[in-house]
Amino acid sequence: MKVKWNVGAGAMSALALVWLAGCSSTKLDEPAPVENRTPTEVGANNNTTKPAESAVKTVDLNANAVPPAGLGRTVYFDFDSFVVKDEFRPIVEGYSKYLGANKAKKMQVEGHTDERGSREYNLALGQKRAEAVQKSMLLVGAAEGQLEAVSFGEERPAAQGSDEAAWAKNRRAELKDR
Amino acid sequence: MGALGALGGAAALPAQAEFRVEISGIGATQLPITLLRFRGEDQGGENLISAIIKADLERSGAFRFVDAPLNIDETGAPGFADLRSRNTDALVAGSVSKLVDGRFDVRYKLWDVVKGADQGGQSLAVPAGDLRLAAHRIADAIYEKLTGEKGVFATRIAFVTKGGGRYTLRVADADGEGGQVPLTSPDPIISPAWSPDGHELAYVSFETRKPVVWVQDMATGQRRMVANFKGSNSAPAWSPDGRELAATLSRDGGSQLFLINRDGSNPRRITQSHAIDTEPVFSPDGKSIYFVSDRGGSPQIYRQPVGGGGAERVTFQGNYNVSPAISPDGRTMAFVQRQGSGAFRVMTMDLAGGTVQSVSDTNDDESPSFSPNGRFIIYATRASGRELLMTTTLDGKIKTRLLTSGLDIREPVWGPYGR
Repeated sequence: MKVKWNVGAGAMSALALVWLAGCSSTKLDEPAPVENRTPTEVGANNNTTKPAESAVKTVDLNANAVPPAGLGRTVYFDFDSFVVKDEFRPIVEGYSKYLGANKAKKMQVEGHTDERGSREYNLALGQKRAEAVQKSMLLVGAAEGQLEAVSFGEERPAAQGSDEAAWAKNRRAELKDR
Repeated sequence: MGALGALGGAAALPAQAEFRVEISGIGATQLPITLLRFRGEDQGGENLISAIIKADLERSGAFRFVDAPLNIDETGAPGFADLRSRNTDALVAGSVSKLVDGRFDVRYKLWDVVKGADQGGQSLAVPAGDLRLAAHRIADAIYEKLTGEKGVFATRIAFVTKGGGRYTLRVADADGEGGQVPLTSPDPIISPAWSPDGHELAYVSFETRKPVVWVQDMATGQRRMVANFKGSNSAPAWSPDGRELAATLSRDGGSQLFLINRDGSNPRRITQSHAIDTEPVFSPDGKSIYFVSDRGGSPQIYRQPVGGGGAERVTFQGNYNVSPAISPDGRTMAFVQRQGSGAFRVMTMDLAGGTVQSVSDTNDDESPSFSPNGRFIIYATRASGRELLMTTTLDGKIKTRLLTSGLDIREPVWGPYGR
């Protein structure tokens, strides 16, 4: 990339970070003398349909640096089901992008079931739910090493009680920080 | 049934907990027996030997107790004519004496009243901490002499209690008394399994925020992780020779069965399905593994050679059959079946003929486990919103219940003869 432009030092410093990131080598001579002049936009008079020679695409490292707000971290499942329902797509995509942008970050997907039946069989059912969420997240940006799917079976109910209302709240997978 | 001896081991259960054994059924034939108070038994503190023996024999459902105004110990000469007139068939008398080294010498003798014959006895020198064990051993000897079957009163059970935000792995005598605590944790503990020699317990603990299989030595408290792979690790089952464990691991994705050496080395996969395979248990000859799989669409019990190979389906009735346990003689399987009503019941299956029988009348049964003589099954269930343990004879006729006030009790497993 070779760019020659005639702009003031103020504009130069504002662009410096992005520009430097895109240049293989940089030669900084003595500071340019300060002139009291308004800079003209580079490429402003170019009438062709080609992208501007000097176009610079901004990558905002802050956008996915924090966990998505307001999404919740729990995916609920129907009775005897392991399908991640479409209504939970925002959670799956939100946290996958978050992990994609934070490669060092790790999360644990914890599967849970309601209380009915064998504890060990329920542990396996919870594992199936956790792995279903994990698989969806790997498809949209999270990396294999960032996610561990584990199960708590029926051991950590979110709601107490032995009715469908409680059971529905307990058939779930939760995203937890590692 | 009257109250048993007071709680053994003060640290075992919180003060509000009361462990009771109640009989809810009666055997068809009961042998009439007279059991005298043991001379000097109050020296052993709260562990009254004759009361423990009586409770053991009573709980088996095989005996009926007959009072007699006799005051002898094992050296006495009973008047058989008077005993016969009271319609009792057997007499037990004994004594407890303190030895110079602080131990106790517990002696007993058994007589056949009908024949008027001495049936033998025993002398057991034990430390105070083993007085209950001595009583259970005497009950076992009497039971075997009179029924021809080996007793299990000196065996132990392990189970988990939940209450006050804590999970506690407990070990108690087969009567629920004399409880001790191998492990207490703020996180869930499930699936305890005795090593065949009775020295170790394998279990699943969630203390590292995921299920991991541990093995703990009972006497020393030393514990080791034997399965801590990526994903979930659960459902430990010992091979009959104690050299390896079967367990359910999700490290390859899905829940599949593996064999692992007892030190945690050399895990090798023994099922290859795209379904859930879990709850493995060895046949007593060590050649087969029974397990639960939903490969056919619903959870059913299957059996396959330990080394891998063709699995054959064992349960066919109903669409939810889980938690297999195999009797020590390999002939009977206990398991939990979901009934059409939604109730979960302990059932038994005659493995040769396939006949299925219900042995429970409760609705939330879990985790059946055989006593080492194959005569009883212990399982967890629920009543009035509380979790408790039940024992039943294989015919379902004689049941006992073990419960505490204030704690949920679950995950029972009956230990082997040794301890």
